[in-house]
Amino acid sequence: MTALVQDAINSVYVVAVIAFILGLRAMSSPATARRGILYAGIAMLIAVLATFFSPGLSNFPFIFVGVAIGGLGGWYWARVVKMTAMPQMVAVFNGMGGGAAAAIAAVTLLSSLGNRATADLALAGAIIGSISIAGSMIAFLKLQGWLRSKPIVLPGRQFVNTAVLIIGLGFGVWALWQVSAVWLLPFYVLLLLYGVLLTLPIGGADMPVVISLTNAFTGIAVALDGFALVNGPLGDAGYAMVIAGVLVGSAGSLLTYLMAKAMNRSVANVFFGAFGATEEQGTTIQGSLKPIEASDVAVMLAYAQKVIIVPGYGLAVAQAQGKVRELDDLLEQKGVAVKFGIHPVAGRMPGHMNVLLAEAGVSYDKLFDRDEINPEFPTADVVLVIGANDVVNPAAHRKGSPLYGMPILDVDAAKEVIVLKRGSGKGFAGIENDLFYRDNCRMLYGDAQDSLTKVIQELKKL
Amino acid sequence: MSADLWTALYIAILAAFTGYEVISRVPVLLHTPLMSGSNFIHGIVLVGAIIALGIATTPLEQGIGFVAVVMGAMNVTGGYVVTERILAMFDRSKRKGGPP
Repeated sequence: MTALVQDAINSVYVVAVIAFILGLRAMSSPATARRGILYAGIAMLIAVLATFFSPGLSNFPFIFVGVAIGGLGGWYWARVVKMTAMPQMVAVFNGMGGGAAAAIAAVTLLSSLGNRATADLALAGAIIGSISIAGSMIAFLKLQGWLRSKPIVLPGRQFVNTAVLIIGLGFGVWALWQVSAVWLLPFYVLLLLYGVLLTLPIGGADMPVVISLTNAFTGIAVALDGFALVNGPLGDAGYAMVIAGVLVGSAGSLLTYLMAKAMNRSVANVFFGAFGATEEQGTTIQGSLKPIEASDVAVMLAYAQKVIIVPGYGLAVAQAQGKVRELDDLLEQKGVAVKFGIHPVAGRMPGHMNVLLAEAGVSYDKLFDRDEINPEFPTADVVLVIGANDVVNPAAHRKGSPLYGMPILDVDAAKEVIVLKRGSGKGFAGIENDLFYRDNCRMLYGDAQDSLTKVIQELKKL
Repeated sequence: MSADLWTALYIAILAAFTGYEVISRVPVLLHTPLMSGSNFIHGIVLVGAIIALGIATTPLEQGIGFVAVVMGAMNVTGGYVVTERILAMFDRSKRKGGPP
């Protein structure tokens, strides 16, 4: 009877794993993406339900209460949060996964400290899971604005960080060596601290890379917990965890690499470079900032033939995507060709801008990525930069600039550039933007939503 | 290392290549929902958390196992809802027709 139950549970896990892979595949195309998450969702539901029937489980009241608290809490929080806060929500829920993996490892370590292979695997899962939850939480706090988003650099941090990591690992190894669980406490504390210290010096603009990497980390931690489980009596669920975890680990690692590449930086540079903490020395920018009125912007746009809109994080902050859509419609009515130039790292996540514009109903075929749109800037009459800064900074072409080598949108090649900006402050990288001082550049100061509303009103009068 | 662990290792290697292949064809447009979707998939950790709490015997193990279940469940439902909300915006059929 028990064997039959076990076979049934295993069959469910097999189906779930197939659905996870198909789901991930379906998510890689816009047409099938929603079907993809549905497949994955069904897979998760049946896998969790099947687990309840695993032989030898007890503590069911605790399990049900825990699932209810976590499940309803996560569901409610994700429902009520604003669309602009999605990046930090991914960070939070990713951190929860990492924390769960670290906690499972702790239970495994407490119960199987004497079992060599199981304990080794659980310790590895604990290391990666702890770094993942701590890093994700710092990413969340920075994106939410509850923590200073600029890099926080402590003196001698490379030395301190390495020391914290090594001493932490030492406690872990010692705990296994002595088969004494007491040493696991300082081990966990120091590993969590390491995750915090690792993430603090990273600026808000680099958070997509951090979230993506911690996502991959959580996947690997889950897989390691799976390995430890495989080595025990209830091993069958372990295989499902290994597959799903490694799937996320490898996909997430590749995504992290692609994101860092889009910024022309290595993943190591993102984590250890404290990018944006230092100022460029010895260069002064020629020219001045030239403000412009909304009415003049409206006239320029109305009589242009081709307009390219470059959105950035400021658009997301101002929730101005609806206004952008309205402006797009209005200009199309007037016979102006409108395109959107999307930098891969504009916003706080890859594809962040695409998501916001899609929400507002801007057509896909108007969105172009960097390589497609860059040759078009010289033929554009007006480029409207809405809340983007570092991704359009021509300093990236100048040797010695901290931005040097980062692929940017060459908006300065256009006839006229209008920058919608809240104030005269710097971008996330903390670097002056040469573009704003160019002769063909005008600044329209104010909240992006207010500014666009004024421009639209003026356009309607023309 | 036990035979089961070797089996798991072979499976892990195949899964690693599968993940790589699946992702390498994804357009930039879908990077955010994909990151969110893969975030949901590692919610399978809930299965491990249920087992960990289910076989826990001491109060300490039970306490930590309970925390694992709560966090794992949050990963699952939160990850699903966030992904679903992001992807809902890509659905053409539900898009508003006129200007907003």
